[in-house]
Amino acid sequence: MHELSICGSVMGIVRKHAAGREVRTVNIRIGAMRQIVPDTLVYCWSLVTESSELEDTELRVERIPAKIRCTGCGREQVLDAPATACASCPGCTVDLVEGDEFLITSLELAEA
Amino acid sequence: MGRFHRHDEGNDHDHGHAHNHDHDHAHDHDHGDHSGYVTGSERVVVLERIFEENDQTAAANRRDFDGAELTAVNLMSSPGAGKTTVLRETLRQLQGRLRVGIIEGDIETSIDADRLDGFGAAVSLINTANGFGGECHLDAPMVRSALPRLPLTDLDLLIVENVGNLVCPAEFDVGAHARAMVYSVTEGEEKPLKYPVMFRSVDLVLVNKVDLIPHLDYDLSLFYANLDAVNPGVAVIETSARTGLGIDKWCGWLCDLRRSFHQFPD
Repeated sequence: MHELSICGSVMGIVRKHAAGREVRTVNIRIGAMRQIVPDTLVYCWSLVTESSELEDTELRVERIPAKIRCTGCGREQVLDAPATACASCPGCTVDLVEGDEFLITSLELAEA
Repeated sequence: MGRFHRHDEGNDHDHGHAHNHDHDHAHDHDHGDHSGYVTGSERVVVLERIFEENDQTAAANRRDFDGAELTAVNLMSSPGAGKTTVLRETLRQLQGRLRVGIIEGDIETSIDADRLDGFGAAVSLINTANGFGGECHLDAPMVRSALPRLPLTDLDLLIVENVGNLVCPAEFDVGAHARAMVYSVTEGEEKPLKYPVMFRSVDLVLVNKVDLIPHLDYDLSLFYANLDAVNPGVAVIETSARTGLGIDKWCGWLCDLRRSFHQFPD
């Protein structure tokens, strides 16, 4: 249950970039290899922003599937299970090329 | 904290304000709205990692460890896997070889810290219910707050015993040089598949309580196959903290780790 403390970090980053302007939407990107539950994050966001200037700000989550690249055959594949192995070359090491993301991509601010 | 858990995907949340979470489409913005009542919006690109602040503090912790010529290990597990018993045996075996400090993370009580008393280690307790909101993990700022209570320059090895939890601790860099976890065979063979982020994040897995295998319906080779699927090639040591089996190998791993990060004569 780390979503609550994460929302505190998100608020700090949002406030720094908003610089006092009204924030309508916070766009967040979460990779599938992160153990962060988007619904829980959105729920916690409503808790931590309550009675603050961000109370009506929507947290919008974009999910990124996990993608690996096999060091043997070079093939990239999207994972549908947590097993990080190449389907064609068992035993080859793989690199995670997508799915580790956890960032605020953008804010939508009310026009001044 | 359980009341905050909402794992039932697809339910509707009551946020006190209406909005829709299904945004697979390209976003339209209000610039085309000519109603005259809705003001437009402006998108500001941020691209800032949410763990940036934690990771900066973790880097500061690591700098302090390096400055004190101290090797730090983040030790994680589920509750009851045997971290504290493993640590007690570890301290017993490392007495006179390495000067060890422990940061003991628990939500409540000093029970585990008390169990480690008397083995010559400096123990600093963090109760996450005390000023940290009952967090289920240690993060870099919490570990930083525990450092002034430890004689860093007089230590060779610092073990951060994280809060027992297979989910949250995996997400937070605390500044350690390596991550290890205690997995116990009583947890079942499928744990790596259920908690792949934790099992992927570690440099070493201690497979603990192996003395119990004859009494369990447990397939060790199936566990290794599952572990290999999420973290191929990860180092593994089979242990029983109760009988002492494998603790010498784990202590050897810690000594090798120290040599790999900090070049000193033993």
